[in-house]
Parts: sequence; structure tokens; C-alpha cells
Amino acid sequence: MTTLLERPRTPITSVTPRPRPFRLVRHSLALAKRSLIKTWRTPEALIDVTLQPVLFLVIFVYIFGGAVAGSTHDYLQFLLPGILAQTIATGCIAIGVNLNTDLAKGIFDRFRSLPVPRSAPLVGAVLGDIVRYLIVTLVTVAIGYLMGFRITTDPLSAIAGCLLAVLFALCLSWLPVFVAMKVRTPGAVQGLMFALIMPLSFASNVFVDATTLPGWMQAFVEVNPLTHLVGAVRGLFLGTPLDGHVWWTLAWCAGFVVCFMPLALRAYRKKV
Amino acid sequence: MTADLVIEAEGLVKHFGATKALQGVDLAVPRGTVLGVLGPNGAGKTTAVRILSTLLVPDAGSARIGGFDVVRDAERVRQAIGLTGQYASVDEDLTGRQNLELFGTLLDLGRAAARRRAGELLEWFDLTGAADRMAKTYSGGMRRRLDLAASLVGSPDVIFLDEPTTGLDPAKREDMWDVVRTLVAGGATVLLTTQYLEEADALADEITVIDHGRVIAHDTPDGLKRVVGGQTLEVRPAHPTDLPRTAAILSEVSSGAVADEIRKGVLAVPVVDDAAMTEAVARLAGAGVPVTELSLHLPSLDEVFFTLTGTAHREEVAA
Repeated sequence: MTTLLERPRTPITSVTPRPRPFRLVRHSLALAKRSLIKTWRTPEALIDVTLQPVLFLVIFVYIFGGAVAGSTHDYLQFLLPGILAQTIATGCIAIGVNLNTDLAKGIFDRFRSLPVPRSAPLVGAVLGDIVRYLIVTLVTVAIGYLMGFRITTDPLSAIAGCLLAVLFALCLSWLPVFVAMKVRTPGAVQGLMFALIMPLSFASNVFVDATTLPGWMQAFVEVNPLTHLVGAVRGLFLGTPLDGHVWWTLAWCAGFVVCFMPLALRAYRKKV
Repeated sequence: MTADLVIEAEGLVKHFGATKALQGVDLAVPRGTVLGVLGPNGAGKTTAVRILSTLLVPDAGSARIGGFDVVRDAERVRQAIGLTGQYASVDEDLTGRQNLELFGTLLDLGRAAARRRAGELLEWFDLTGAADRMAKTYSGGMRRRLDLAASLVGSPDVIFLDEPTTGLDPAKREDMWDVVRTLVAGGATVLLTTQYLEEADALADEITVIDHGRVIAHDTPDGLKRVVGGQTLEVRPAHPTDLPRTAAILSEVSSGAVADEIRKGVLAVPVVDDAAMTEAVARLAGAGVPVTELSLHLPSLDEVFFTLTGTAHREEVAA
């Protein structure tokens, strides 16, 4: 920068920020793009949404398939929607871990010093993760197909099932985002979120038919949001009875957003 | 009511648990001037800047930027300010250009203007060559320039620079000073925190000295130097046998002050006249005294604090 002295004294074109409508949308999208660039730069951060569903599918289908369902193919048909739901739920944990790490860095102070809607950095981070959820859905279905899984309904229903899973992940994300605002270390976000997601994914219809579970656990299974997501995806992929699962899933989605988004935003504002 | 105070703060108080970061700080910066806030680590400088830049809400007291309250009209304040510090920084996983374009978008410049502005700033800060590299690959000096460029994207009227040169080598420090001068020449109002009296002296119109969350002095650089002592001329004659002759010459140029041997073989006298150094050089040359060191110093922060508070300042735990 030694040449700085030779530069014109007023090198700055005066640009005045113009307030425009839909700032929240535009700013969130700009920040979502930032998340996407970061994801693109660190492909190893996609392991949880690529390798994990593959491992779970292979391990569960070939180890438990024969014992649980009598044949690996039958179990694969049953299990795939469940693995999709489970990995999409665990895939949400990463946003909490990332945000918790990010918050400690200077970039969030920069955002807070700009005339940006307070919620934009969080909304942007959540939206940016859509790509991760699309990847997990694609990978799970693709690996399933290689292993012999077949969607038995129509393409539209299948797409609806995939989109429902992605929507569920976007809404559930607000829980880890909230946790990220509240706890002190990324490790704590990871630990706490696993403690929450694991019971949800096992005490459900992900791995086994819930009717084989003890009665008290069935009560939990019936309200478990993952049960409804799995039920809805199974119905949309395989034509099993939908039994209101889609509506319950949408209700849970709304619940997550209504409950955890304001909590997360409030905690973010308070965060020094 | 002073009409043209761009930055005003009265009685700012901020506690973090038991740590009293600020205990009633007043600041005032007229339009188009530079205020240097001088203080050691943990004095409360950063807390004050964070309050003024709307990142923190004070426990008591109030502050206004361009007439807008930093708490009630935070949004208006954010449109007027640029912030550079050890904290408000850039995204390391983005390139320099992507960072600046992102901030341009967030400042509602519009896509084309954001792109143009990013290019302009990269050019100005000599970062064009590194524009498309991730910020985390930048050297310390480049990072500092990118941080500063990031705070200038919206052409802010008010710029906060929190220790902009800490950790930079002297040449890079001079470059940064030059940037600040350019900004002020362009009409900006600057609040700069620093641990160096030299820096405050070089840039600031007025200096506020804070310690333990309180203002302990406020003056112009010249006024402050009158209190804490001005420059000291230090000379090391090449031959120790020349020490008495050197001492006599130094005493003459400093109008009678006695030269002290502050380190072995190094003589020092306080000087008030800007011409003292050139005069000393001329006289030493005339007397045929070769020297190996000759320098002009302002008091260090420690010396400033010693004079102002009467106690040697010990390093505080950073608040």
C-alpha cells in the first residue's frame, strides 16, 4: 500500500444506501448465498449429509434386515423413509454448531453494525442449508435405488415426500439455532442436539413398526414429530396409509418455527 | 448545545458482572475531526466503541451519532457508521471481493453499485491482486486493509477505528495513518482508539485519555504533550569519550535542560522546538561528533499514565 499516497485524495464515489422494500428477504438471500459459498468451499462439512445416510442404510439393512423384516429388501423398503428422516434431523445439528462457531468471530459484529434486519443473518443461515437438505434427500434415495429400493407411487408424490422432508429440516433448524444462541461452545450444541435427536429417531417408527413397542413408549411415538414425517414420507413413497401424517408433520413444522424462531431471534439480539 | 458534534456521549456506564468496563465516560467529536481515545488494554476503549456503534447497550448514560440515539435510533446510526476493530471483521471463508460485495448488498447499494464499490475499494487498498483469494489466506496487513475497506463500503460519515494499527509494523502503520487522513480530508468524522500517544498525536485533533473506564484527561495533542512532556531527543555518540561534548551540545539545543544518560551511552534531553533535531544534527556535525543513534520520541503510554495518574500503569486483564 506504499503507493497509497499517489492515489487521488478522495477515491470514494459517494454512494448513499437506498432503503428498499423486502429488505429482510433480500438480505437473508444475500446471507444465504454466503452460507452456500462456505459450504461449497468446505465439502468435508457435507459428510453428515452424504456419508451418514449411506452408512446407516447399509449397516441397518444388511445387519438387521433379515432379523427384523425377514428379508433385506423388505426392510430396505420400510427403512429408507426412516433413514431419510433421521439423517435430515441430525443434519440440522450442523447449523447450530456452525452458528455457534461463527458468533464468536468478528463477522457477526460486522452484520450487527450494518443496517440489516436483526433476523437476517439467522434466516440467511437457515435458508442456505436448503442445499444440504436437498443433498441428503438425493443421496439417500439414490443409494437406496442402488440397493434395490423402489418408489411404488408416482413421481409427484415422491417429489412431495422429498420436499416435505426438506421443509421439515428447515423448520426444525430453528431448534439448533436457538440452542446455538444459548450455549457457550460448539461442542455443547452438538452434545445437546444429539441428546434431543437420538431419542426422537429411535423411539419412533424409523427402524421398527411402532406397534411392537411397549405401551408407554407408543404414547411418545405417536406424538414424536419424526414418526409423522416418516409416516408421511412412507405414504408418499410407498402408498402406505397417510393417516393424517402429512398434516401432523406440517403442524409440527409450524410449531418449530412459531416456537423456536422467536426464541432464537431474541437470544441472538441479547447476545453480546 | 453544540450544533456540530457528530459523536456525543454522556456518562456512559457499562458493567460486565463485576468488571466495571465504563464508569461514566463523556466523549465529543466535532464534524470532520479525529478524536483519539488513548488508553491501555482493558481501559474501556473497546466497550465505548461497541456502545457507540450500537453493538452494546449502555447500562447508563446516552450517546448520539449525528443526532441519532445509539439505542433508540440504532438503525439510523448503523446507516451512518463504519466500524473497524479487532472484532468487526470479515468472513474468512469468502474472498476479499465476495466480502465487500456482500456488505454492499447488505447496505442496499444494488448489485451493480456493490460490485463497482468493491472493485474501487480493492483498488484503493491494493488488494486487487488478492481480490479473489479467501480472506483467510491474507497476511496480517492485508487483513487489516480488508477490514478497513469493509467498513468503508457504505461511504460512512462516521468511522470508528478500534486500534487499527496494533500489531502492524511501522511502515504499515504509516500507510494506515495515511488512509485515515484521506478519509478525514473527504469529510469523515473519525473516532480512533489507540495505545500509542504517537498515533494519537499524528492523527487526532483532540485526545481523550481513559483508564479504568474513566476519562482522566481530554486535550489537544499539544495541550496533552505540555502536561505529559513533549518529545525527547535521544543520541548515542559513536565514541563514549564524546559523551561530555554531546551532553553540552544537547543542553544548548534544548535551551539549558540537562542531558541524562538514560541507557549506557545514550543521552536524552526534552525538546520543545520542532527545529531541535535538525539543530542538534548541525551542531554535532560541526563539532565533529559521530553518532550511531539519533531519534525523537514521544512519551510512551506508560509514561503518559505515570504523569497523569502518578502511578505506574500495570497491565490490566482485558475487559
